[in-house]
Amino acid sequence: MEGLFSLEAWEKVWTFRSTFLLGLLNSGRMALFALLLSLVLGIIFGLMATSSKKILRGISRVYVELIQNTPLVLQLCFLYYALAFSGNSMGIIATGTISLGVYHGAYMSEVVRAGIGSIPKGQFEAADSQGFNYIGKMYYVILPQSIKIILPPMANQVVNLIKNTSCLYIIGGADLISVTYSFVTGATTGGAYAPAYLVSGLLFFIVCFPLSTLASTWENSLKKRESRTVETQNTLAEGMVAKQ
Amino acid sequence: MIRMENVNKFFGDLHVLKNLNLEVAEGEKLVIIGPSGSGKSTAIRCMNFLEVPTSGSVYINGEKLTSKNRTKVVRDSISMVFQQFNLYPHMTVLKNLTLAPMKLHKKSKKDAEELAYHYLDIVGLREKAHVYPSTLSGGQQQRIAIARALCAQTKIILFDEPTSALDPETIQEVLDVMIKLAKENITMVVVTHEMGFARQVADRIVFMEDGQIIEEGEPEHFFTSAENDRVKQFLSKIIR
Ligand SMILES: Nc1ncnc2c1ncn2[C@@H]1O[C@H](COP(=O)(O)OP(=O)(O)O)[C@@H](O)[C@H]1O
Ligand SMILES: [Mg+2]
Repeated sequence: MEGLFSLEAWEKVWTFRSTFLLGLLNSGRMALFALLLSLVLGIIFGLMATSSKKILRGISRVYVELIQNTPLVLQLCFLYYALAFSGNSMGIIATGTISLGVYHGAYMSEVVRAGIGSIPKGQFEAADSQGFNYIGKMYYVILPQSIKIILPPMANQVVNLIKNTSCLYIIGGADLISVTYSFVTGATTGGAYAPAYLVSGLLFFIVCFPLSTLASTWENSLKKRESRTVETQNTLAEGMVAKQ
Repeated sequence: MIRMENVNKFFGDLHVLKNLNLEVAEGEKLVIIGPSGSGKSTAIRCMNFLEVPTSGSVYINGEKLTSKNRTKVVRDSISMVFQQFNLYPHMTVLKNLTLAPMKLHKKSKKDAEELAYHYLDIVGLREKAHVYPSTLSGGQQQRIAIARALCAQTKIILFDEPTSALDPETIQEVLDVMIKLAKENITMVVVTHEMGFARQVADRIVFMEDGQIIEEGEPEHFFTSAENDRVKQFLSKIIR
């Protein structure tokens, strides 16, 4: 066991730096595709959750509750081993992408549902009373108003998703954490625990910190900008009146 | 123009409209009055299927409203003005007015804006075209909401307590716009407690209580010879 201050251990990590970067790349790529899947699922199930049809709300509820109340690691193992034993394994990266996408899709769905739910009923009724169909109502009236409520928690979900790629180590994935684990336990490379995990953690932090900072500043600036546009528009309009 | 036949509406176990029958002729100005909770809003909202009747039928120009055709029928024939205005807060006044004409009535931007300015002139708020609704007073927002309804150029406009959410000093500016409208050949159905307005504008008043129409007649009838004691009692409270 080599300690945090062992120069030798740090050198070992530096020699194998490309391994860590590859792990980061794999995690990033998987996170990106899982994110796309989770967005699609989140929008579909989030809209279903706000539907007037009981059956659609029910289906969405079951999906969200099932996913949110079981561990991601379990879902991952289930998908991986269930498929493996039925003889049509699709590989670790694909399994990870789907599991992460489905898992975070449930949280995205809740974010979308909450965003739409925060729009006053009168807005839906105004669009209905003008004769908009469902798509027109959502597209022109509801979603433009809910987007600023939806985006910050969505960015937080992206951070969680990136961190959760680490769960892949349970099925021996190629993500950053799995790579780190193989590194510290490997026959030729083993031992440099502290530096390896420190580096791996730093890589995660470098990706996630800007994102979560973005999420929180986003929320504040959107709120501020909203009140500012109102003022600008006001002075603008007054200027026009003065000219007339 | 509008015909409600044996309309019943339940909210769960609550029987809100009880076999309601009501007909509104083309160009008629109908005022609906009655105590709070008597089903006035539910009745008027059944006319454009914001509420779907539990049983019974609603006909618009002889065509039976269904959940399937409601979008088209409403778009072509019926507009609505709400108690809480319900302007779109993320759009300027002009965008509020041109959205439906452009997206639903397939008007060009130029035509839609021309139409919008025409109706902004009618409600006296041309200079507010480029502001956001949140910067306007309640009375101004409601006048914009009326202009938005007019931009759809439908023959029917429904008003559900259009002045109830307003400060007393801005009520009259909205009523004045509605009085101006009443001179056109638009069919107006208005839920209101503004008896001065009703007296001036209504062709007919119906009084609702407990999901039913219990008295109807010309405005003068209500002011001079209402028969039902409940009606008399109610009127004595709201006529100042
Ligand atoms: N969406 C709803 N769900 C349940 N009850 C409702 C709903 N809308 C109205 N009601 C009830 O129906 C009755 C009539 O309401 P409404 O038509 O709004 O009366 P009014 O407009 O005459 O005050 C009230 O008791 C009200 O609480
Ligand atoms: Mg009401």
